[in-house]
Amino acid sequence: MKTKASAPPGCEACPVHLAGNLLKRGVDMEDWDFVVALAGNPNTGKSTVFNALTGLRQHTGNWPGKTVARAEGGFGYRDVRYKLIDLPGTYSLLSTSMDEEIARDFLLFGRPDVTVVVVDANRLERNLNLALQVMEITDRVVICLNLMDEARRHGLKVDDRRLARDLGVPVVPTSARYGEGLNELVGAIEEVATGKFVCKPYRIEYLSGALKTAVKQLAAEVEERFPGLPNSRWVALRLLDGDARMRNVVQSGELGELARHVDIVGEPA
Amino acid sequence: MTSAAEAQLLATATAMRWEFGGNLHEQLVEAIYADAARIAERAVTRPDQEPRFDLDRTIDRVVTSRILGFPIMLLALAVVLWLTVIGSNIPSAFLFDLLIDTIYPLLKQIAANAGLAWWIEGILIDGVYLATAWVVSVMLPPMAIFFPLFTLLEDFGYLPRVAFNLDRAFKVAGAHGKQSLSMAMGFGCNAAGVISTAIIDSPREKLIAIITNNFALCNGRWPTQIVLATIFVGALVPSYLAGAAVALVVMGTAVLGVLLTLLVSWALSRSVLKGEVSTFSLELPPYRPPRILQTLYTSVIDRTLKVLWRALIFAAPAGAVIWLISNLTIGGTPIAVHTIDFLNPFGLLLGLNGVILLAYIVAIPANEIVIPTILMLTVLVTGITGVGEGAGVMFELNSEAATGAILRAGGWTLLTAISTMIFVLIHNPCSTTIFTTYKVTGSKRWTTVTALLPLFMGFAVTFGVAQIWRLVEGW
Repeated sequence: MKTKASAPPGCEACPVHLAGNLLKRGVDMEDWDFVVALAGNPNTGKSTVFNALTGLRQHTGNWPGKTVARAEGGFGYRDVRYKLIDLPGTYSLLSTSMDEEIARDFLLFGRPDVTVVVVDANRLERNLNLALQVMEITDRVVICLNLMDEARRHGLKVDDRRLARDLGVPVVPTSARYGEGLNELVGAIEEVATGKFVCKPYRIEYLSGALKTAVKQLAAEVEERFPGLPNSRWVALRLLDGDARMRNVVQSGELGELARHVDIVGEPA
Repeated sequence: MTSAAEAQLLATATAMRWEFGGNLHEQLVEAIYADAARIAERAVTRPDQEPRFDLDRTIDRVVTSRILGFPIMLLALAVVLWLTVIGSNIPSAFLFDLLIDTIYPLLKQIAANAGLAWWIEGILIDGVYLATAWVVSVMLPPMAIFFPLFTLLEDFGYLPRVAFNLDRAFKVAGAHGKQSLSMAMGFGCNAAGVISTAIIDSPREKLIAIITNNFALCNGRWPTQIVLATIFVGALVPSYLAGAAVALVVMGTAVLGVLLTLLVSWALSRSVLKGEVSTFSLELPPYRPPRILQTLYTSVIDRTLKVLWRALIFAAPAGAVIWLISNLTIGGTPIAVHTIDFLNPFGLLLGLNGVILLAYIVAIPANEIVIPTILMLTVLVTGITGVGEGAGVMFELNSEAATGAILRAGGWTLLTAISTMIFVLIHNPCSTTIFTTYKVTGSKRWTTVTALLPLFMGFAVTFGVAQIWRLVEGW
């Protein structure tokens, strides 16, 4: 795979240049400053966003399940270097299929600095399911409201500002296929990565009061045993749900390691 | 942090789980859905009335219809093939002119002037160069047409519909519906098809998909089928029908491959790989207007050049081997002739001959060079003079008629052509696919099965066809 030359030398520094200060670094991922993960439902255009940012030409195709393992690439923006990881598309993070496990393990153990959830503007309800689950695992989320061109074609109006307010994270409308909105996306990634924007992600409200209490109680216990764990509520939730993989992670001490801020990247099988 | 504390935590969680009983998971999923629905509801404004005419749904109703679904699939494949067959003639002839008629004599000239030893010149120019030049001139044009067309269909969103149509067939065969997607990838390249089986979770169904992927006619074998069909089938019909007839016959071979995929999947899932069929949901994505230029770029860079590069890497040493076995002699006879004589009785039993079998052995790394190898070896054995360039020199004849003449002189009949076409479809996968299979499965046993099962099936089918043919012929 080759890096696409984005502009003649000199242009990259010019603020008028369309790509802002986007520098497509292809497979050059040396010395990154921030790690960015791309999550999302299958066939929402994650790989297209990935290609647009890195200048790589990972094969994209109009069918779900195309990205089977992680793909990695790099890009730079205003002298900050990012490593971008394209996760396999999943509908949720709750079950145990291989691709869901790869995605979840990376979010949990890879500790990305920013997670971009690519959602299909045409199927917002179903896509938000995953976004809400991701926001349980990590605070630093940017929603990429993709396929806006199709939404327009179908006469849908999506209020991105309302969505951003409800979700408590930046929401950027894009049409990645046509390069629309990508500058704004990179800007949002930067703001979240550098802490300029502090996310206050919406947390799932559980219907039954008993369940709510139980999660709170168990989360407190998790917190007590693993101080510093950023997603104790999610871990508690998974344990309550009897998630075998999560039980293993607790038992093997992997979670303890995580709490001690050691990077363990779940490798795909 | 002691492991006791961790065990304590797990025990607490288990105890709490008991209090909630079995529907905790449902409660949780419902809660998430309800939240998502509420937030989405607030953000999205739908058009006042549903559009009276939904184009996507209308197309889907036609292309996934029980009656029209399969005919449309076959038609799409036939059109793609037909465009490939008629479209690649001209660039093929041009590349052949350039690489073999112009550059090849030039290289010979340079070698002669430089005073290279005859065997170095032989290996490098008559072996390596000619083999790679042949692969470029014959492989590149069909690939450069076939891949972009295929990618356009993919970008448009047709592939999931194909999977949808084939899903029932695969289910009946005891295999996973997603196997239709890995099979579709296999039509481009079996190694890529084997890699794409990663979308199948169940190990049992993944193995079935890997073992049967070889029955999807790969890009290395399309040109061979096309050339054989052109020579022997194209000659049977009037010339204005030849393109269509060839496309039909090649499509028939590809369909036979799909049927074999289903049949072998069925047999495997009833015997060594027994188990439940897992379900999956396949989302039919919206149709999107294909981006023509981008598709061209991606398919040329990602598919065409990659596959071509691989072919070249394998063709180069194979060219050297062909030259060597044709020029090294034992007791005054080239090694190739010894081997052919040895393989001939077995080959004839299968409706093939020793030349074809030897060509297959030489071409294990790259199926693409089977036909030139066969031609070269045929000339060597029959001692035809006046064609080709001499012992061990791979060549391609400008007209298909001349190629046919050589093959007929080498004892080829319609049966030989049919048997060869069947054998091209059903034989061991190429070395890259075998290696990929080993990497994906990590099992020597299943890799061996993947390699040998189709080979023995190929022997069985060609043997059967040859016996019946000869019986009917009154031989």
